[in-house]
Amino acid sequence: MRSNPADYELIAPGKLQSVVRLLAEEPDEWLPIAGGTDVMVQYAAGKLPARKLVSIWNLPELQGIDVQPQEIRIGAGCNYTQLRENEVIAREFPLLASAARWTGGIANQNRGTLGGNIVNASPAADSLPALLAYEAELILVSIRGERRVPYLGFHTGYKKVQLASDELIRTICIRRAFSEYFQYARKVSARNAQAISKVCIAALGRLRGGVIDDLRMALGSVAPVPLRLTEVERIVREKAVEPELAQLARKATAAAIQPIDDIRSTARYRSAVAGNLVVEFLERLRDSGKTA
Amino acid sequence: MTTSSDNRGKCEILLTVNGKPESVRVYPMERLLDVLRHELGLTGAKEGCGEGECGSCSVLMNGELVNSCLIPVLQAAGANLTTIEGLAHGFQLSALQAAFLECGGAQCGICTPGMILASRYLLNKKPDPTLDDIREGLSGNLCRCTGYTQIFDAVAEAARRRDPA
Repeated sequence: MRSNPADYELIAPGKLQSVVRLLAEEPDEWLPIAGGTDVMVQYAAGKLPARKLVSIWNLPELQGIDVQPQEIRIGAGCNYTQLRENEVIAREFPLLASAARWTGGIANQNRGTLGGNIVNASPAADSLPALLAYEAELILVSIRGERRVPYLGFHTGYKKVQLASDELIRTICIRRAFSEYFQYARKVSARNAQAISKVCIAALGRLRGGVIDDLRMALGSVAPVPLRLTEVERIVREKAVEPELAQLARKATAAAIQPIDDIRSTARYRSAVAGNLVVEFLERLRDSGKTA
Repeated sequence: MTTSSDNRGKCEILLTVNGKPESVRVYPMERLLDVLRHELGLTGAKEGCGEGECGSCSVLMNGELVNSCLIPVLQAAGANLTTIEGLAHGFQLSALQAAFLECGGAQCGICTPGMILASRYLLNKKPDPTLDDIREGLSGNLCRCTGYTQIFDAVAEAARRRDPA
């Protein structure tokens, strides 16, 4: 059943300060809406629980990609087109650039925002494994001020995030520490475009003396949250990539994930593909010659 | 931005549509697609899926390709919109429209307005697109009639003609 627009309020205060004041004064009353690529889908289906929405689209305080010497600071309101067109992201953060290219079609890339993707918290979102692999940090803003938190751990359960009811994501920060790493992203889905992942991976690593010196791996669509493969990383770190290690990594991956059967795929297929993607990354890392 | 909202009720929203100033009195959560079709009588933008998958509601908003089914009209307040109705000059088709006709890029016509606006957006950004550029530029627009080859041909042909419209 389609929603009736007369049942909904939507305001656009135009300033971050006004939005966070509203969120603080009427807690849990207002749903922020940026580009609407998730919210409006729920709305069209008559499944949007919120009745009061506050627009954060084009808020100047959430815009811009600020390249600092040590880190890049991406405004939470940046859309995928802006991520794709940024030269530093293209050069140093190809996992994020790929994810932006793979998310939706061009029209959705013009509206979908990185902050919105994080808060929407789909375990199938393409950009979130990239943020895990880069160990991104989030700057959260409220009327009380700002706080900076690691993105790892931000998702506490299916569609649950560590965001207080009066907070917004303001900025996504990524250290500029990975440009010498081998970086690998792959999305497995029914089609190349306009398809949600069955499984996706974002991973990076480097070698030293024939062994894995450092690495980070994250998967999407295999658990209630985007999943960093911390235990698999521990098992393969300081080791040479050989067939036995690949088998260990495959087993550890299967143990780490909690895939489900759903409309897009099956748990069994996802488990097999997740293992294949991890092994493919490790083998390509081995062959990449990227050393510390 | 020119909106006067009385919280729960309708608000007045000013838009520029195909170069013409328009004023509508609507609920702020009405979808831009519905406002174009029902308030302004511009039925070129179509509703296919209603969830941002098919691209048949595509319009240009401040020069950016968007799905009008996913835009609450308040977010379009003050915007400059181009719909399919804005491409031809009277009975003179734009080069993209002509190329779609000549190359057989239109059949039932439901996807065509969105295809042409996505193509317009692509050619604005990349006047000399490769086939891959065209495929990617139209990847958010689904056609269930012709298949895509003739559509891609039409975009390439329009690019060759340097469509100014």
